[in-house]
Amino acid sequence: MLKQTEGSRAIAEAIAACRPEVICAYPITPQTHIVEALGEMAKVQQLGNCEFINVESEFAALSVAIGASAAGARTYTATSSQGLLFMAEAVYNAAGLGLPIVMTIGNRAIGAPINIWNDHSDSMSMRDAGWIQLYAENNQEALDLHIQAFRLAEELSCPVMVCVDGFILTHAYDRVDVPGQSEVDSFLPPFEPRQILDPSEPISIGAMVGPEAFTEVRYLAHHKQLRALKLIPQLSSAFKAKFGRASGGLTRSYRTADAETIVVALGSVNGTIQEVIDEMRDGGAKIGSLSICSFRPFPLTAVRDALHRAKRVVVIEKCLAVGLGGIVSDGVRKALSGIVLKGYTVIAGLGGRAITRASLKQLFEDAARDELEQVTFLDLNADIVQHELEREAKSRRPGPTAEAILRRMGTVASQIG
Amino acid sequence: MFQVRIHGRGGQGVVSGAEMLSVAAFQEGRYAQAFPSFGSERMGAPVMAFCRIDDKEIRLREPVLEPDALIIQDPTLLHQVDLFKGLRSNGYMLINSTRGFAELGLAEFVRGFDGGRLRTVPATELALKHVGRPVPNAALLGGFAALSRQIRLESLAAAIREKFPRVVAEKNIAAANEAHALVSRSMEAVLA
Amino acid sequence: MERETAIEMQPVKFYQTGTFTVGNRLLAEDERSVQANMDRTNSLNSGHRACQGCGEALGARYAIDAAMRAAHNQLIAVNATGCLEVFSTPYPETSWQIPWIHSLFGNTAAVAAGIAAALRVKGRRHVRVIAQGGDGGTTDIGFGCLSGMFERNDDVLYICYDNEAYMNTGVQRSSATPAAARTATTPAVGHEPGNVFGQGKNVPLIAMAHGIPYVATASVANLRDLERKVTFAMGIDGARYIHIHVPCPLGWGSLPADTIRIARLAVESGLFPLFEAEHGEITGRTKVRRKVPVDDYLQLQKRFAHLLGDPPERARLALIQAIADRNIERFGLL
Repeated sequence: MLKQTEGSRAIAEAIAACRPEVICAYPITPQTHIVEALGEMAKVQQLGNCEFINVESEFAALSVAIGASAAGARTYTATSSQGLLFMAEAVYNAAGLGLPIVMTIGNRAIGAPINIWNDHSDSMSMRDAGWIQLYAENNQEALDLHIQAFRLAEELSCPVMVCVDGFILTHAYDRVDVPGQSEVDSFLPPFEPRQILDPSEPISIGAMVGPEAFTEVRYLAHHKQLRALKLIPQLSSAFKAKFGRASGGLTRSYRTADAETIVVALGSVNGTIQEVIDEMRDGGAKIGSLSICSFRPFPLTAVRDALHRAKRVVVIEKCLAVGLGGIVSDGVRKALSGIVLKGYTVIAGLGGRAITRASLKQLFEDAARDELEQVTFLDLNADIVQHELEREAKSRRPGPTAEAILRRMGTVASQIG
Repeated sequence: MFQVRIHGRGGQGVVSGAEMLSVAAFQEGRYAQAFPSFGSERMGAPVMAFCRIDDKEIRLREPVLEPDALIIQDPTLLHQVDLFKGLRSNGYMLINSTRGFAELGLAEFVRGFDGGRLRTVPATELALKHVGRPVPNAALLGGFAALSRQIRLESLAAAIREKFPRVVAEKNIAAANEAHALVSRSMEAVLA
Repeated sequence: MERETAIEMQPVKFYQTGTFTVGNRLLAEDERSVQANMDRTNSLNSGHRACQGCGEALGARYAIDAAMRAAHNQLIAVNATGCLEVFSTPYPETSWQIPWIHSLFGNTAAVAAGIAAALRVKGRRHVRVIAQGGDGGTTDIGFGCLSGMFERNDDVLYICYDNEAYMNTGVQRSSATPAAARTATTPAVGHEPGNVFGQGKNVPLIAMAHGIPYVATASVANLRDLERKVTFAMGIDGARYIHIHVPCPLGWGSLPADTIRIARLAVESGLFPLFEAEHGEITGRTKVRRKVPVDDYLQLQKRFAHLLGDPPERARLALIQAIADRNIERFGLL
């Protein structure tokens, strides 16, 4: 059914239609609206047989999910930023135990300094924990991916993170098509666990594995994600066949056929990028973009196929490998192994800084002329940086950096872009 | 695409206003996107919300930097925040105030704009009158509908009904209707 | 939907129950302990790698067998990281004959809450959930999740096997380590050898402060009392907590053969009071039949040897005696 509603609400309704059996969550901006909506639905019995549990920390949230999933219940939770870090041990545990939990990450920056706005540093911090990671480009895809995620998780017996840009998507009202119960039922069968805690067939889960078998267990986890590379596009096709729209999959190309410059990005910034590409194409530029939806498993072949004919690739990242530069860029480089072309990393949108059409257009034009640094911080205020470096050099005790910068910038509330 | 930027203070329903506007546009079969600028609002802190309306899917995700319309819910922001940044010269402006542009100290400023597209409306007073609470968003949207003709009053009413419980919704609709009438009349007065 | 399930379990051998339980045949059947029964589930089967004389292995077997009987064999156990988890599941073997999961060190109570929720959703409320961990995993790193489980009144029985230190990692101090005890991180050197006075956490009392339906302390020295308390707990719904004192010969520096004796001395001296509480109010205590001075208890353990040197540390011994005396008074044990 077509609706104009908040992204979080739409996601909650999609999850509700997936017949979750145990939902547990701890509040953290900006995912709270999702679990609040689910909590409300559970309270008025709208979720059928579903237990909604208020827990005392994110660590508890994912732990409750681990127990519930191991006992055979379809389980869901959500978190962001600091919360994801707080449950980090459990994140690895869930993947290692092969439990098909689905978790929404309302992408938000990680402190210090504390910041509630969007970037990808949170989900990126857990990229190697063994979870499948899918990034939504818009709110329609955000809700669609959750439906696909349950089926993907349960077929592989692997937990799945659906990453949705905080505020930009979670708190945005958009026009979305929320599928009905019967539609979802015919796409998502009931949960058939591959392992279950059951007195009629007792098993022990969670043994200590020593050097003699650990490598094999880890290899099998890797192999599972490689199988996901095939399953994810299959599910996307099945989804399209049933619901009539393209959603999910490994990657999505936009006007890349004859592109000399291709921009790569994850999540909602792709919308703005596509607008700029259209504008530049109107002006004759040969430019296109690639949206990566499945970040884990990283689709090396699909990325290579999409990019190898370009002269240059610009990777826009909402995350930073401190001391190195890009994170997504690493995967892209690996995909292009052996192919010679110019690659640029652009760190943008950190901590919720707006990525504007104007900035992107300037950036892409610079890239087309190959007048970009290897690593660029988009819209970096060089004056502020310079001033802060000078200030710190002057005394042994310059005080906290973030506070000093804020003092210099003045009232933040009066700024728009 | 038509882009609206709403300025106000936390607690005045700025974000809800943008959301209702988007729902109203949806009611008319159009695409709309509404989102806040700051997620964590302190009561009284300056906040912004944005709404885009178009006839095709909206992909753009940046803040509204070049609004086609500005709605200012709290005139005390006028000389504190650069509210008008990016407003197009043929843009609409609706300010929540009992006073006119000259009295608000904006006579000089508005010379560069199309006078027919600038209005003030006493939305807070209308809200107090009909709803009993000084939340001016619904009334402002009623005035905006009259000013810009981007949405119809019936669509706005449907959006208000979706947002508020029944009794409160009808009161807000009444406030919106009166604001709409006020602005309509003043528009006709200009033409006449 | 309560029914006995014919689980294919390995039969209990006579040597496992021993001659002491043979004496039970003089009692009426319904008065015999679960452990005396050749048909007990032996949930923690032989073959595990616990140290000789391990109090925790004993406590776990006692508790889980009693729970299994009470639950008609419909039980799922969650285990924290620690000695019990490590020695009971040396890959690729397991000595558990019941469904069992080990997740992490600090989340046992939360995982158990999740299992209980799943069972409720699936309409299988007759399947009960036990969470178990050592003192480290319960009083320290698992404390947040434990409190959350209590606060929500999740339908879980949490059993803490308290051997008063992080034994599995090499005997480090926990918030359950008693004053003056030597551990690897409270060495018996310096101005105040061993663990300092004035610290520590009493989790049974904290559990009572949450107002949960049932809290009890128990000891491996009193098998029947332990079984009775577990059985009683299994007859209630909601959050329940049992704290079992389990000597550790390795960590305490005691003889494996002395495990039961030391546990009994802890009870009889007043250092480990046995009591029960419901919704925050004490409902029962086991009186001390013959009070013994704390020295009798301490002298069997090398972890207190520095107190009993030549000359003994009378001041600190007096403080320990004072703790015991306060317990006796507070819980009305005499």
